[in-house]
Amino acid sequence: MHVPDGFFNAPVSVAAGAFAATGLGVCLRGARRELDDRTAPMAGLVAAFIFAVQMLNFPVAAGTSGHLLGGTLAAVLVGPYTAVLCVSVVLLVQGFFFADGGLTALGVNITLMAIVTTVVGWTVFRLIVRAAPRGRSVVPIAAFFGAAVSVPVASLAFTALFWIGGTAPIDVSSVAVTMGGVHVLIGLGEGLITALTVSSVLAVRPDLVYGARGLTAPLLLRTPGGTTEVATGPAPRPHRSARPLLAGGALVAVVLAGVVSFYASSSPDGLEKVAADKGLNTHEASHPLGESPLAGYGVKGVGSERLAVGLAGVAGVGITVLAGGAIFYAVRRRGRSADEAHA
Amino acid sequence: MGAGHQRQLYRPGDTLVHRLPPQCKLLAVACFAVVVVATPREAFWAFGVHVLLLAVVAAVARVPPAFVLRRMVIELPFVVFAVALPVIGLGARVEVLGMSLSAEGLWAAWNILAKATLGVVASVLLAATTEPRAMLQGARRLRLPPLLVQIAMFMLRYMDVILDEMRRMRIARESRGFAGRDLRHLPVLAKSAGALFIRSYERGERVHLAMLSRGYTGTMPVIHEGGASAGDWATAVLLPVAALVTAALSWSLS
Repeated sequence: MHVPDGFFNAPVSVAAGAFAATGLGVCLRGARRELDDRTAPMAGLVAAFIFAVQMLNFPVAAGTSGHLLGGTLAAVLVGPYTAVLCVSVVLLVQGFFFADGGLTALGVNITLMAIVTTVVGWTVFRLIVRAAPRGRSVVPIAAFFGAAVSVPVASLAFTALFWIGGTAPIDVSSVAVTMGGVHVLIGLGEGLITALTVSSVLAVRPDLVYGARGLTAPLLLRTPGGTTEVATGPAPRPHRSARPLLAGGALVAVVLAGVVSFYASSSPDGLEKVAADKGLNTHEASHPLGESPLAGYGVKGVGSERLAVGLAGVAGVGITVLAGGAIFYAVRRRGRSADEAHA
Repeated sequence: MGAGHQRQLYRPGDTLVHRLPPQCKLLAVACFAVVVVATPREAFWAFGVHVLLLAVVAAVARVPPAFVLRRMVIELPFVVFAVALPVIGLGARVEVLGMSLSAEGLWAAWNILAKATLGVVASVLLAATTEPRAMLQGARRLRLPPLLVQIAMFMLRYMDVILDEMRRMRIARESRGFAGRDLRHLPVLAKSAGALFIRSYERGERVHLAMLSRGYTGTMPVIHEGGASAGDWATAVLLPVAALVTAALSWSLS
């Protein structure tokens, strides 16, 4: 999956580089909390471990073999922030010391293989762990699904980036189907080996598995005076403001929408193209919002095309953020009131 | 893809390229890669000049062509993809040797092959003439986040240890008659990975304690400052500037 130079055009490479740098900045702060004062030595060690495990080829189907990406495995073992850092360092070292992966494509590589796989894998993992009943037995199962989902999602993210700024003329929908199909298989292998590895570590040193923290049975002290529960594991973390993360994300989204969108391919997307080829659109009614000020991704009445597309992109991001924020706020309020009702 | 990094690329030597401070070389190669990516694909002669520039660097560094060629296998998966592009590409078709190929796909394949190859050769030359530790010192001088540089440093130091550990485990497996052929053998490999993680992590904790007891305070002491003089920068900048002039000429000509 290491993308070489010349695969993506310059704007996409730059945008992905900015995104990767922002993500790394966030993770550098987060990793300090996951590894205490041992960040650099232990993260370096985990990076070397991932590098070694990536060489562990496993048989997928008759004759073909795959190798681990390791994002989800690292996230479950040492925590998501450290995992992103470690996989990114592995990619940097591979790029600079082994000439694997282009230097201008480093941003794309880090975005896809470190950030997307880890974030997706960890999110799925946490969702399953939270939904399932308390207990450690759910951890390998959740790790399986996290890893199995993360690989095809990363391949689809690659396809999406390629659609925006790839340098080759291929039909996006067919690429998405092929990439997705192949990577569903690879993802199953990744999920299986991740789950088995996590369960074998869990059997010997459960305290080393970050994803299983808080899932062990509480320690009970039985004394003549009665049974008391002793809190084990790390103290609850102080609540941190998510504002820097949100601000960074918003900045990246606005830059992507406002600047990069202009360079995006102006040819019709897969669905539109198929529709045009097959004559499906002859009966197409004009869109009821076709006259709206944002129709066709351009602001009406703005002379410069670049400015118009950019403005439309920024406005689109704004609307999405507002709508998403409103939904999130509503859901959160409901969750909190439900908690209060329980208490 | 990711496999096959057993041997590092560094090739000891004492040439002008070897002696340049690592931060100069890092920046020069990065700028060169950007310029190559920005060169229009229609300008065949510009790519010829880029190849010539790299050949000059290789000659000055006394890196034999066979060495570079052998290290270029890393590119193979994407070469396969690039070769497939003219067949699966869209757009106008042209007849080449009796096959109907996509003209746009041919251009794209040439674009990817040329730029990826130049990038790989530049990276191989950088890695062959710069010691890994020195390269990280250079990254630190270039003001990369210190924590990131430190993680990479520790990774480099631990890498051979962990790879050796993994090799010993493989020999132990194979001497007991194991051969990973199909899916039923996955649990064995996964248990190896789990054991490798536990062994490495415990070793890392012991090493960390040993480091603390020897006065480690969270940053590695810098023994050798290694600043770059103006002359070093002037030498290093020759490569990207020559490439930039070439690219600029091809922009203005097209």
